[in-house]
Amino acid sequence: MMEPGTYFMEGNTACAEGAIAAGCRFFAGYPITPASEILERITERFPEVHGSYLQMEDELASIATVLGASWAGKKSMTATSGPGFSLMMENYGLGLMTETPCVIVNVMRGGPSTGLPTMVAQGDVNQTRWGTHGDVGVVVYAPSSPQELFDYTIKAFNTAEKYRLPVVVLSDEMVSHMTEKVEVPPEDEIEIVNRKKPKDDPEGHLPFRPDDDLVPPMANAGDGYGVHVTGLTHDEKGHPSIDEKTQNMLVPRLIDKIRKNVDDILEYDEYKIDDAERVIVAYGSVSRAAIEAVDMAREKGYKVGMLRPKTIWPFPEERIYDLAREGVDDFLVAEINFGQIVYEVERCTGGAAQTYLAPRMGGNIHTPDEIVDRIEAIDRGEIPSFKE
Amino acid sequence: MSIRKSRDWFSPDYQEQDTDEGVGYGLHPLDEYLREDRIPHIWCPGCGLGVILNAYLRALKDSDIPPEETAVVSGIGCSGRAAGYVDVDSFHVTHGRAIPFATGLKVGNRDLKTTVFSGDGDLFAIGGNHFIHAARRNVDFNVICVNNFNYGMTGGQAGPTTPTDAKTSTTPWGGFEQPFNLPAVAAGAGAVYVARWTTYHVEELIDSLEEALEKDGFCFIEVMSPCPTGYGKKVGLKTGKKTMKHFKENSEKNPDADPSEVALHPEDPDSKIVVGKFVDRDAPTYQDERGKVFGQAREEMGVE
Repeated sequence: MMEPGTYFMEGNTACAEGAIAAGCRFFAGYPITPASEILERITERFPEVHGSYLQMEDELASIATVLGASWAGKKSMTATSGPGFSLMMENYGLGLMTETPCVIVNVMRGGPSTGLPTMVAQGDVNQTRWGTHGDVGVVVYAPSSPQELFDYTIKAFNTAEKYRLPVVVLSDEMVSHMTEKVEVPPEDEIEIVNRKKPKDDPEGHLPFRPDDDLVPPMANAGDGYGVHVTGLTHDEKGHPSIDEKTQNMLVPRLIDKIRKNVDDILEYDEYKIDDAERVIVAYGSVSRAAIEAVDMAREKGYKVGMLRPKTIWPFPEERIYDLAREGVDDFLVAEINFGQIVYEVERCTGGAAQTYLAPRMGGNIHTPDEIVDRIEAIDRGEIPSFKE
Repeated sequence: MSIRKSRDWFSPDYQEQDTDEGVGYGLHPLDEYLREDRIPHIWCPGCGLGVILNAYLRALKDSDIPPEETAVVSGIGCSGRAAGYVDVDSFHVTHGRAIPFATGLKVGNRDLKTTVFSGDGDLFAIGGNHFIHAARRNVDFNVICVNNFNYGMTGGQAGPTTPTDAKTSTTPWGGFEQPFNLPAVAAGAGAVYVARWTTYHVEELIDSLEEALEKDGFCFIEVMSPCPTGYGKKVGLKTGKKTMKHFKENSEKNPDADPSEVALHPEDPDSKIVVGKFVDRDAPTYQDERGKVFGQAREEMGVE
C-alpha cells in the first residue's frame, strides 16, 4: 500500500487506494463516467501489489467476474455509475444469495437513463436497497469526502468479509471528483477483516450452515471442500431445494444477518443535534452543505441540527424514531433526487414529527443558502410536508 | 485423433447387488465425481445431457486432475444443472454469466482447472458477448456447449441455434432468423481449440474433452444433443434414440473442415453434420500476457 502520510488526493483515487490497503487484489470493471479514475488508478497500481485487473466487456461481466474471483479467495471489487449499476442488479442479487464477499463502488451521476454523465446526483439510493429482485439485506456506505472514500472502502471490504455479502460504496460525482486532504495511516493501524474459514473436515461439511452470528464460514474454491454454490434457493449443503421450507430457512437469515448485527454495522454522524427542534438529514456531498446550513440557520435563531447516515443501509431508523419522540418537530431531508431517503425518514418518525423534502434534480448540490431558505419557508408555513 | 479401442468403464465396485430397495447397482463408476445425494437428476428420458456429463467426468478421471483442483461453472437451463451434480467446487450462476464468473475464478486462482458447462441459449444468446470476449482474451478454461437447438427448460422456444425452418413454441409458423454456426463463432473470436461432436460420438468427445483439459487457453467444444421433450417432438425426432440415429446417419467426420463452412443445412436432405476437431493451435493465454506486461511494469518501477 501507499506510504503513510498526508496526501492531496482525488476521491476516486482515495477509493482505489483504500481498496488496495484493504487487501483488494482483484478488480474487474468497465469504463464509465464518473467512476473511471478508480479503474485507472487500480491498473496503474496493481502490478506493484500483484493484483489482477480485468477490463470487461460490460458491467454484467464485471460483477460476475468479481463474484467468481471472490470464490477463488481474492478480495474483489468493481466500480461503476448508475447505468452500469443498473446492469449489475441481477448479479448483485446472486452475490447476496450466494453470500459472496465483494465491494461494488457506485459513483452516482444524474439519471434516469444516460442522464447527466458528468454531474452529481443521488438517485440510486433506493436502487441499492431494492434494485435486485427478491428480499435482501444490504450494507451501503455513503462517504462524503475523499478521506471517507479511503476509510469506507476499507470498511466495505471488512464488512463484506465479515458478513459475507457484496457491500456497496455509494459515492457521488461531487465526492469522487473532489480533491482534498487524505491521511493514509500506517499499515499496522488499519484494521483488516478476513472471511471466516471452516474448521471442520470437508467430509460432511455444510457450507451454508451459519454460526451464531448467522454467517456461515466460507471455503474457497480449491480449498478441498467441493462446495456447490447456486442462486437457487438452497439448503445448508448448498444444494438447490425448491420449496417453501428451504426458502424460509434461507432468505430470512440473509436479511437477519444484517438486521441482528445492526449495532455493529450502523454508522451515522450528528451535528448540533442535542437541542435541535429541526433536523436536516443529508448524506454524501449534500451533507457538507448541510453542516454549513446548520450554522447559518442557528445564527438566524433556528435550533437546527443535522443527522448524516454513513451507512445509508442499514438506515438509522431507531435514532430517527427516538429523535421524533424527544422534541424534534420536523425533519428536512436534503437529497439530490426527488425524494428517496425522505420516505425512509417519514416511515421512521411514525408520524411523531413532520417530514419535509429539499429536493434537487441533479447537476449540482444544494447550496447552504438553499437549505436555509427552505427552513425559513417551512417556518412561515409555506412549504407543505412532502406527503400533503 | 485416435479413437480408444477400449476403456475401463467398469470398476470392480460396479456390480449387481441386493439393496433394501431390491436388486440394483450399487455404484456408478463415476460416483466419486458425483454428488450422489443429488441423484436422480432432473433431465428427461432421452436427453443427451447424461451422456455429455458422463463424457466430461470420464475425461476428468482419465486426466488425473484431482477433483479438488477442478471447478465447474454453469449458467441457467437444463445444462446449467450439471454443476449441481458434480462433486467438485461447482457454481450455478445467473443466466448467461457462467463465462465471466469462470473468468474470475480462473484468474483469481490459476490452479483451478475450470470448465464451463452450459447450453446454447445461455452461452450464445444471453451470454454471447461474454463468449466472444473470453475467447478473444484467451482466458485458460474450457467451454462445453450442449447444443440442443432450443430452450428446453422453458418449454422448447427458439434460440440462437434453432434451424430456420424448425417450428418451435415461439416459431409456430416457422422461423425467420439464421442460426449461429458455433465453431465459426468460436474460431473467429480466437478460441485456440474448437471441436464439434454429437452425443453419438462419445469416444471422440471424451478425447476432445481430455485434450481441452490439458490445453492452455480458451477451448470450445460444441456437443449436439437430443432434446426429445422440447425440440425433437416438434421436428420429427420424438425420442432420444431417434435423434441419436439421426446423428449417426447424418454426421460426417472432417477434421480438415474450415469452421466457417460447417453450418448446418437441414433444408438440404443430402447435407451432413460436420463433426471433428477444427482448431488446435497454441497462443499465449491471458494470464501469460498479463504476467509479462505486469512483470515489465514492476521492473520499470523497480519493485519485486
